[in-house]
Amino acid sequence: MSNNGSTSWDGYSLKKKREVPEGLWRRCPGCEDMIFTRTVEENLGVCPECRHHFRISARQRIKQLCDQDSFEEQMADYFPVDALNFTDSQAYKQRLRNLQKKTGLTDAVVMGKGFVKGRPLILAALDPNFMMGSMGSVVGEKITVAAELATELQLPLVIVSCSGGARMQEGALSLAQMAKTSAAVGRLHEAGGLFISVLADPTSGGVTASFAMLGDVILAEPGALICFAGPRTIWHTIKVELPAGFQKAEFLLEHGFIDMIVHRKELRSQIARIIDYCGK
Amino acid sequence: MTRTDDFSVAVANEPNGNGYLDFEKPLANLESQIAELRALQAAKGIDYSPEIRQLRSNLVKLTSKIYNNLSAWETVQVARHPRRPILTDYLSLMMKDFRELHGDRCFGDDRAIVTGFGRIGREKVLLVGHRKGRTTKEKVECNFGCAHPEGYRKALLKMKLAEKFRLPIVCLIDTPGAYPGLDAEERGQAQAIAVNLMEMSRLRVPVVCVVIGEGGSGGALGIGVGDRFAIMQFAYYSVISPEGCAAILWKDGAEAPKAAEALKLVSKDLLKRGVVDHIIPEPLGGAHRNPHEAVHNLETHLIKTIRELRRYKIENLIENRYRKLRSIGEFTIAEKTTSRTVRTAAAVETPVKPTARRKTTKA
Repeated sequence: MSNNGSTSWDGYSLKKKREVPEGLWRRCPGCEDMIFTRTVEENLGVCPECRHHFRISARQRIKQLCDQDSFEEQMADYFPVDALNFTDSQAYKQRLRNLQKKTGLTDAVVMGKGFVKGRPLILAALDPNFMMGSMGSVVGEKITVAAELATELQLPLVIVSCSGGARMQEGALSLAQMAKTSAAVGRLHEAGGLFISVLADPTSGGVTASFAMLGDVILAEPGALICFAGPRTIWHTIKVELPAGFQKAEFLLEHGFIDMIVHRKELRSQIARIIDYCGK
Repeated sequence: MTRTDDFSVAVANEPNGNGYLDFEKPLANLESQIAELRALQAAKGIDYSPEIRQLRSNLVKLTSKIYNNLSAWETVQVARHPRRPILTDYLSLMMKDFRELHGDRCFGDDRAIVTGFGRIGREKVLLVGHRKGRTTKEKVECNFGCAHPEGYRKALLKMKLAEKFRLPIVCLIDTPGAYPGLDAEERGQAQAIAVNLMEMSRLRVPVVCVVIGEGGSGGALGIGVGDRFAIMQFAYYSVISPEGCAAILWKDGAEAPKAAEALKLVSKDLLKRGVVDHIIPEPLGGAHRNPHEAVHNLETHLIKTIRELRRYKIENLIENRYRKLRSIGEFTIAEKTTSRTVRTAAAVETPVKPTARRKTTKA
C-alpha cells in the first residue's frame, strides 16, 4: 500500500482519508493539490500537475478511445438478475437498481464495435462506478461475446479492465465467468486474433486472474493497482502491510508481467500502432 | 479473491479433541452412552445388546437428521473437518502405483499441489490435486493447501505432458484459496491462474474435476476447468471464503455464517445453478466418518466419467467443454416490454454426441 492511502480498489485504506466535497474542485490523491474538476476532465481525467490518472467511467473511456461517433454499442439490453437472492447491508436487487439509475448502465461493462484512428475493432470497457467493475454473469457474457465477435469478424479485441474482481453477490456464477471468459479468449488466440488488454486502476482478483492477463499485448496506465489479492486481502490474511509501490503498474513492468505503461493521452495511438503491427 | 481470514481462525474453529463439531454434540452423547454400555457389558458380563442396538439405531437416525439439515456454515465446517479425507488419503486408498512428478522447471516445486501418474481402477491417468497436510508440520510445508504461482505452473506443465501422451486428467480440488502473499503476487499469481484457465479449456484430453473439500475461489478454479465438474456432497465451492465475504460486505469476519448462507456455496445450490454437474454422495455423517466409503464413491465416479469421456472424438470433447463453460451464467435480456431469464443460448444447444465405436467400453 502506498503512502497516500488511495490505492485500493474499494476505497479501503489503513489511513484516514480527508473528505472533499464533490463538485467544482477535487483533491488529487497523487499530489494532494486541489484542482478544478473541469481541467481534469479536459485533460482526459489526468491530473495536469502530477499525471495521476483518475478513474473514468466506461462511457468516458470509449469516448476517449474511439473516433468520434464511431462506437456502436452491442448487448445494451442485458440486465443482471439476483440469482442467489443475495442480501447483505442492502439487497443486491436494490443495489443494482440504484446503480442503474445513477450510472445509466445496466451492468459494469460497455461493449461494442468501434474505430480507433480508423482501425475497426471490438472494444469493451469496465466501469469502476458500477459495483467497482466487478464481474458477474452479464460482464462475463459480454466479454465472452466480445471475444467471440472478434474471432468471427477477424477484428482486434481491446478490453479496458478496471475491476475489483469477481462479483461476490452472484456467488459461484461469478467464479464460473472467469473460466468462461478465459476459454473465449483462448479461442480467439487459437484463431490467430489479436487481443490487447488495457489495465486501468484498479485491476484485481478474478478479472486479473482471467481475461485481463491473457492479452497478446498487455498495456497498463501509470500507477494502476494490478493484483490478484488486494492490499486489504493481504492485510487480513497474513497481516503484512505492503511496501510502497507494490502491485503498481511500474512494479509489474519491472517483474515482467506487462508489456508497457502508457499515458492515457497516448493510449489511442499505441493501440492503433499495435494493430498495425499485429492486426490483419 | 481468496480466503481472507488468518489461519488462527481456522484453528479456533477446529472441533475438540474427539473430532466432534459443535452441532454434533448430540451424536457425541449417544456415542459415549454406547461406549459406556459396551464397557459395562464387558466388565459385568450382562447382556446389554438390545439397548445398544436401540441406541445405535437412534444414532443413525439422529446423524441422518442432522446431516440432512446442515446449514451452509455447518457444511463449510464439515468440509474443513480435520479428519476429513484429504488428497494423500485418496492417493493411498484409491490410486494404484502413484508416481509423483515434481517441479515447474522454472522456479521451484510447490508442495501445495501434487501432480503425478497413477491408475484409478484400470484407467491410467495424470492426477493433479491440492495437498493440505495432516500434521502441523505437513500443513506448514503445504502452506495449508494454498498454492503459489509455481504450483499452478507445475500443474499446467504436467497437464501438457498428459496431453502429449493422451492420458486423461483428474483434478482433485481442496484449497481455501490461492495464497494471497507478497511472494505469490510478485511471481504473478493472477497470471498463472489465468493461463491455466485458458489452457485447460482447450486441453486435448478428457479432464475430470472434483471438489473433495474446500473449493476456494481462483485457487480452486486454477486446476478446476474441465469436461465434468463434480463436488462431494459436503464440500463447498465459492467465489470467496465466507470469512472474506463477511469482512468485506458485513465489515465483520464473525458474520461468516450469514455470508456462507448468502453465497449459496453448498453442493445442492451449485447443482441448481448449473455450476457443478454432479454431486458425489458421502457416507452417513460425512466423509470423515467413513473414509473408505467416500473413497469408493469418488473412485466409482471417476472411472465411470473417464470411460464415458473416452468415447468422444477430441474435437467434440473440446467443443462440448466450451459450450458447457459458455452456458453458465444468469441474466435477462430486455425484449421490448417483456423480459425473460435465460441461461444463455448455448445452454439450449445439445452437446455433440459421442461417435459410435465398436470397442467402446471394456468390461
